[in-house]
Amino acid sequence: MAPTRRDFLKMAGLTAAVLVLPPRLAGGADKVVTPSAAPLPLAGPGRRWAMAVEPRKCRPDCRACIDACHGVHNVPDFGNPKDDVHWIGRAPMGKVFPAETHAGLPETLRGLPVPVLCNHCINPPCVRVCPTKATFQRADGIVVMDYHRCIGCRFCMAACPYGARSMNWRDPRPFVAKLNVDFPTRTQGVVEKCNFCEERLAKGLPPACVVACPEKALTFGDLEDPRSAVRELLGRHFSLRRRPELGTEPQIYYIL
Amino acid sequence: MKLYNRGIILAGIALFLIVATFPFWYGRGKAVPPPDLKLDTAAIAALKEKLCVEPAEFMRTDHMRLLANWREGLREGQRTYTAADGRVFEIGLTGTCLKCHDNKEQFCDRCHDYTGVKPNCWSCHIVPKEVR
Repeated sequence: MAPTRRDFLKMAGLTAAVLVLPPRLAGGADKVVTPSAAPLPLAGPGRRWAMAVEPRKCRPDCRACIDACHGVHNVPDFGNPKDDVHWIGRAPMGKVFPAETHAGLPETLRGLPVPVLCNHCINPPCVRVCPTKATFQRADGIVVMDYHRCIGCRFCMAACPYGARSMNWRDPRPFVAKLNVDFPTRTQGVVEKCNFCEERLAKGLPPACVVACPEKALTFGDLEDPRSAVRELLGRHFSLRRRPELGTEPQIYYIL
Repeated sequence: MKLYNRGIILAGIALFLIVATFPFWYGRGKAVPPPDLKLDTAAIAALKEKLCVEPAEFMRTDHMRLLANWREGLREGQRTYTAADGRVFEIGLTGTCLKCHDNKEQFCDRCHDYTGVKPNCWSCHIVPKEVR
């Protein structure tokens, strides 16, 4: 018996409904698709290097971290602020956290020297603007430079909101106080910055500044590891990051 | 047409041609001897088997490509190089190449000068012997 007009319309409607409905509701596909949390951009296999800084522990005129870093990495000292090249430095708290500074803040806190270095952002603007991919982000989050590729355009310096980058306006080698033979210098016309001691990490050593600090004010570790010293410290204290409103996701955490 | 000061002009032209073509006829048939590369460093003498990272013929023609590959690999975290024969080397110009070839002037520079290439490796990479 040929189907009635009514039966034909029923079948046609059901078929259309099955085709239109998402597979899960229709029961067609047994693969359950859960909306997984978006992975950290470029986060590597279980590594996300970060640093917690406790400026209150710093001695007033201590330069141990700066001297250690600049000594290991052959950072030149040109002796004038115009040519200044630095990987790590110190700045008063009022300058590092201008949004957190107000008239009621005592001068002792406002002038507190705070170690400042490259923030190794999760979303680094310097990497985005680099036209030669000289600055790039590794899988473990470290933002590093391939000095072979740097053409000295200084887009990255304009992009970095933290002033973490320096230009070699002159040949830096004569201005390196004592050359460390195990690390190259830079050349005239390239930008340089902190590399989170990636060359030491490759050997299993913590960053030079962390080792040099006499007060253990710098704590380095893997944010992906819940038992790391950084996670433990950040879990116990309230911490600030520099200019988080920019969305760069800095990985240097300040406990003030 | 009259040429004034014919003698001086013709002599001048002749002198100019002689001077301008001097390098061509003076060096004709002669070849500058290829540079004498020194392999007599202490580190090489101590090697049981006198072998570079790869065979010498390959290194002679392709060391620049090898080094370029090394520095690109480093971006991906590749810190060691496995040679064709399976030996593993740490990647590094100062740390690996110059450990044996610590006589840059008699090795690198002689050939680079001869072939007229000016690699800019040394503006950043350190030659340990040149450091006081």
